[in-house]
Amino acid sequence: MSVGLFILVSLVKIALVFFILLTAVAYTVWLERKVVGHMQNRWGPTRVGPFGLLQPAADGVKFLFKEDLTPPHVHKTLYIAAPMIAVMFALTSIAVIPFGNWVAIGDTIYTPLQITDVNIGLLVILGVTSLGVYGIALSGWSSNNKYSLLGGLRASAQMISYEISLGLSLVGVLILSGSFSLREIVQAQSGHFWGFIPKWNIFYGGQFVAFFVYLMAAYAETNRIPFDLPEAETELVAGYHTEYSAMKFAMFFMAEYANMVTVGCLATLLFLGGWSGPIFGPYILQVLLPVFWFVAKVFVFMFIYIWVRGTLPRFRYDQLMAFGWKFLLPVAIANVVITALIVALRS
Amino acid sequence: MCAQCLTLFALNSSLECFPNSVANYIDLAPMPDNYFVRYLPLLIHFLVAVGFASVVVTLSWLIGYRRPSRAKMSPYECGMTPIGDTQSRFSVKFYLVGMLFILFDVEAVFLYPWAVILRKLKMFGFWEMFVYIAIFLVGFFYIWKKGALDWAAPSAKRGEV
Repeated sequence: MSVGLFILVSLVKIALVFFILLTAVAYTVWLERKVVGHMQNRWGPTRVGPFGLLQPAADGVKFLFKEDLTPPHVHKTLYIAAPMIAVMFALTSIAVIPFGNWVAIGDTIYTPLQITDVNIGLLVILGVTSLGVYGIALSGWSSNNKYSLLGGLRASAQMISYEISLGLSLVGVLILSGSFSLREIVQAQSGHFWGFIPKWNIFYGGQFVAFFVYLMAAYAETNRIPFDLPEAETELVAGYHTEYSAMKFAMFFMAEYANMVTVGCLATLLFLGGWSGPIFGPYILQVLLPVFWFVAKVFVFMFIYIWVRGTLPRFRYDQLMAFGWKFLLPVAIANVVITALIVALRS
Repeated sequence: MCAQCLTLFALNSSLECFPNSVANYIDLAPMPDNYFVRYLPLLIHFLVAVGFASVVVTLSWLIGYRRPSRAKMSPYECGMTPIGDTQSRFSVKFYLVGMLFILFDVEAVFLYPWAVILRKLKMFGFWEMFVYIAIFLVGFFYIWKKGALDWAAPSAKRGEV
């Protein structure tokens, strides 16, 4: 493949991924409102389009036409930059996620279903998602509002606390696969054992402890219930985005839901075998079925996110910090040591 | 794009729909595989994300109407008149968490390269890292007993960290 074609293919893939990600973000919001609605014996959105399916579009238009306030008491540059930082890093981290196998189109194009196949994909994701905390910290500080400041501080402290457990929960997977490349991590999980059970890390690698540590840390990282202390509306109004309106307000939500999608993708890749699943039929089906399995697994994560939101109450802040430091961190370290011992003994 | 372009991906080299210069470039330049090329799509993706964020903020600023009033422009404090300054002091615990994070995250990052090559290092690698994790745990136990991880009042009452 030549350079020009390579860039052209990359641009097409980027456009596709952006479109799919933003649609996924919009419809995760719709799904959340619908599912939580039904859990609380309500209907959720029903008016705009069939089953309220056009609600995300209506919301988007509404956000655009709302009054875009920039109050005089804010630090203007950072106030505008904060939602941009949050959204741009949330959208960037999807770039190294592989959605399926390599695809041949004609004779000239042979490309992975992934924007770029870098050999340190996992590190890129961790680095980029860590930068997202700046958006929240800066929005809390620059708003010059007490609720915002407290929300921003809480969010920053919570995100950095749970990042350690999140990072340590991935070490077990790294030991098993011996690579930072997300594609190789998925390939290491192909095949079956005992005849039918897939060799996913959560089963075969015995990483179910790491999986749950990851899941809980990921909920805290994305500021979701039961860890949504930064925007605890009973005490902090709306937390770090209290002073934001119109599209800038919506951008924090976009970032939060994009992060949820990324976290779901990463969990699928690391623990649930990525795009592996029954594959059959002609070439086009062989290309599309892995993507289907991948999306199906990510969808399960999205659903669990919403389910948890509809079920659990919120932690108290000291409980949250104690849970992260005194429970998740030791458990993650124990998992690393035990996994390392077993792998070292076997190899 | 013309209709031929849509079949570009299916045919071998139907580049007629591009201007000659582009076609030449596409044909002539071979595809190198180095770090820059691997990360180029990531860079493009990041720039598109930055562009998206800027466009959304600008659109909202252009389209949204503005009719500011004194009440709207004051800091939101649940409808009360704002009291005092925002730049007040906040709990030192947040700084403590920040410092502990740096220590522990650096320690966690040290585990990554080790984890990737553990299969080659075998038991030697395990014991080496076991000593490291043991030292790591001593520090962890120390800050735990010192009360640095307690968010609630008791440790503050004792006058400790």
